Amino acid sequence: MIQEKELLVRQALNEVKDPEIPTLSIVELGMVYSVEAGEEEVRVRLMPTFVGCPALDIIRRDVENKVQSATGIPVKVEYVLDEPWTTERITPEGREHLASFGIAPPMAEWWEKPPCPFCGAPETEVENLFGPTACRAIYYCTRCRQPFEGFKPV
Amino acid sequence: MRVEDAAAARGNEEYRQVLTDFLYQLADDDLVLGHRDSEWLGMAPELEEDVAFSSIAQDEVGHATFYYDLLEALGEGRADDLAFGRGAGERRNALVVERENGDWAETIARHYLYDVWETVRLEALKESGYVPLAQGAAKIIREERYHGLHMETWFRRLGQAGGEAKERLEKGIQALWPELGDLFTFGSGEKLLVAHEILPVDPAVLYRRWEERVRPVMEAATLAWPGTPGRPEKSGREGSHTQALEQLLDAMGEVYRMDPAATW
Repeated sequence: MIQEKELLVRQALNEVKDPEIPTLSIVELGMVYSVEAGEEEVRVRLMPTFVGCPALDIIRRDVENKVQSATGIPVKVEYVLDEPWTTERITPEGREHLASFGIAPPMAEWWEKPPCPFCGAPETEVENLFGPTACRAIYYCTRCRQPFEGFKPV
Repeated sequence: MRVEDAAAARGNEEYRQVLTDFLYQLADDDLVLGHRDSEWLGMAPELEEDVAFSSIAQDEVGHATFYYDLLEALGEGRADDLAFGRGAGERRNALVVERENGDWAETIARHYLYDVWETVRLEALKESGYVPLAQGAAKIIREERYHGLHMETWFRRLGQAGGEAKERLEKGIQALWPELGDLFTFGSGEKLLVAHEILPVDPAVLYRRWEERVRPVMEAATLAWPGTPGRPEKSGREGSHTQALEQLLDAMGEVYRMDPAATW
């Protein structure tokens, strides 16, 4: 019975998208740290991607709403730092969804520049380490001459 | 000594007091500098720097929020009130972060020098005996890397460019240096902070690490080392501040004061 409930919770979490990258779910982002589905309460622990990310409160609210309507019992959402969230936690599907939104998936190391998500060329330059959100940087492809966004490795 | 959470910290009043005073230093440093960063929006010398400084401001204020949340858990009151409702005399930020932005080159110099210190301090705090602080430090340091990289690039670039760029950078450093020493201090609780292993490294060692990182970069930027930074008469860590902080707090808290009980 409890296992069934946990499955419902996990399905509901798949429906919660990053408000800044709507093709990407928080499960694909690797934000879910643990799920405990009890008889009277569901406890979901999430890992913040960036400490100062303004989307965290929106994600908390979305998780509460979606999980509560799926299970019918109250949901407690907590952000934990038991281990730091890193870009390695993004799943292969998540990387695909990032690319389909026009954002180059994160490289393994912070000094590596991603290939162009439009033409695939490796010849890219850093335009700005800071972009429209805390997690993104701006790059420029010297082959197809297209600026693009990339997810920062952290 | 390892202290797992706020409840355990609240069980020892001396520990709690030393810890809260230190958390105010960390929170106020980041909030005040983050606010100064945000003042460059629309004013930076190029568009990319408008974007960079706004993003960095968001990070710094976010990190401050993390520390204010730790303070809230320790019984200090609501994080929003701690950020916006405290007067200058209660603030524990270093003097150098409250200075008005002034010239762009001075802003770059201040941020670079601060970022190196923040990195050195966070590296030490990853081993803090206060577990929530150690966990936050491990996360925050990964984000700060990009700030340091950005500021160091500009710092070197302005120095190596020579001419007016270098002159303005030198002038900025000269203006900052007399106030800088306060940044490396920890207030009256310093000895207990180390004794309780909240800060598990001797402050003198931390300062040395800072200088070891800054000096080669100054050399690469063709700048002379101005000597060990002086200690200003006032101490931000003791709540003694300049007029610049009063003005900043007035501007920052303007909306908050209209309705302190509002929910955002």
